[in-house]
Amino acid sequence: MNASDAAVRDRLTRALRERGDEIADRWVQLQRERAAIDIGESELREEADSLILLLGGALNNNEQSMASVVGTHGDLRDAVMELSLRRERSGADPTATSLAILALKDAVLEAVERDNSDPRELFPAALMINRLLDEAAALSFSAYVERREEIIQRQSRQLLEMSTPVVHLWRQILAVPLIGTLDTARTQVVMENLLQSIQTHEARVAIIDITGVPTVDTAVAQHLMQTVNAVRLMGADCFISGVRPSIAQTIAQLGIDLSTILTRATLADALAAAVEMTGQESPTTAGAPTNR
Amino acid sequence: MTSSRPMDVPIIRLGDVLVTGLINELDDKAATAFAEELTERIAAERAKGVLIDISRLEIIDSFVARTLTELSTMARLLGARVIVAGMRPPVAITLAELGLQLTGVETALNAEQGMAALGWHHAPRPPEGGTRSEALG
Repeated sequence: MNASDAAVRDRLTRALRERGDEIADRWVQLQRERAAIDIGESELREEADSLILLLGGALNNNEQSMASVVGTHGDLRDAVMELSLRRERSGADPTATSLAILALKDAVLEAVERDNSDPRELFPAALMINRLLDEAAALSFSAYVERREEIIQRQSRQLLEMSTPVVHLWRQILAVPLIGTLDTARTQVVMENLLQSIQTHEARVAIIDITGVPTVDTAVAQHLMQTVNAVRLMGADCFISGVRPSIAQTIAQLGIDLSTILTRATLADALAAAVEMTGQESPTTAGAPTNR
Repeated sequence: MTSSRPMDVPIIRLGDVLVTGLINELDDKAATAFAEELTERIAAERAKGVLIDISRLEIIDSFVARTLTELSTMARLLGARVIVAGMRPPVAITLAELGLQLTGVETALNAEQGMAALGWHHAPRPPEGGTRSEALG
C-alpha cells in the first residue's frame, strides 16, 4: 500500500467517524427515495449506524488488506449478509438490496466532499468508496443466491423423499406410483424402497405405475429395466403400468427394447393381471385386501 | 478327488428336492467343489428340484453370479430345476446395476416360496387374508 492510499484511507475513516450521523441520515433518505423498501426508518437508521461504524473500523485497521475489505473482515461481512437477509425477509428483491447498498456511496462521497472539495483528492477517495461498496453489493447478492440455492436443495430432497411411496395394493402385490422424472438418484431410492417392501410384505408382484412420468427416454427406460431386473432377482415379478399412447410411441421410435418387461396400459389392468398371476380370486369377486 | 472336498455347506434332501444354501463368500475352489457335489447328488438321488438359499450372502460378485448361472445350467442338463431364494435387496440392486441379470436362473423371495414353486406344498396354505404372522408361523 502506498502513501497516497493510506492518506485516502485516513480521510475516509475520518469522514466515516466524524460525519457518521450525517452519512447515516443521508443513506436512509436515499434508500427510501430510490428503492421500495418495506423497513421502518428507525430500523434502517440502526442498520446504517452499525454498518458505517464497521466500515470505519475496517478501513482504520492497517492490517486489513485493501484487496477485499468486505470479504475478509469478518464482522463487516456478517453485517452485509445480515442486511441482505433482512431485506429478503421484508420482501425486497436482490436488485433493490444491491441498489440500497450502492446508495451508501453517494452518502459517503457527499460527506467527504464537504470536508474537502479538491477534485484531485476527491477522485481517489471516490475510487476507494466504489471498490469497497461494490464488493459489499456483490456480497449481498451472492448471499441471496446462496440462500436460494439452499432452499432449492432442501426442496429437492423433500421431493425425493415424498415422491416414492410403495403402496401395498393387494395381497402379495405392491405398487409404486412414480411421479415426475426418473433420474439416477430417484431410481436408487425407488429400488431400495421397493425391494425392502417386497421383502417385508413377502410380495410376489410389484407394479411400477408410470402414469405420472412425463417422458420416457433411453435413460429412464434403462432405469426402469434396472429396477425390474432387481425385482426379478428378488424372486418377484414386475409389471409396468400407465404406459400412455404417446410414451408407447416414443419407446417404439427410440427402439428401446422392453419386450422382456410385462407392461399394461393402466394400473387396473396390471392389478388384474397380477392377481391372476398370484393365483388369487379376482378383485371383483374377492373382498377387500384387509385382514378379515 | 471327492475326498478332498472341503464342503461346509450341507445339502439336504427333502423328497425330490435338494435344499442347500450359500453362507460365506465362495472362492474358486469351493465353488467347483460345491458344483461337483451338487451335480453328483442330483444325479444320484434323481432330484427334480434344487433350492439354493442365499439369504445370508451380503455380497455377490460377478464370480458368484456366474457360478449360480452355471449351477442352474448344469442342473437343468440333469433334469432338475434350480431356484435361488432369498436374495437381499442391496444385493439385488448391485447386481441390477452391474447388469448381472442371472439369466436363466429362477429366483424366489424366500425359501418357503421357493419350495412352493418346486411343488412342495408341505403345510396347507394359510387361510385367505391370513395375517403375516400366521402365514409365517
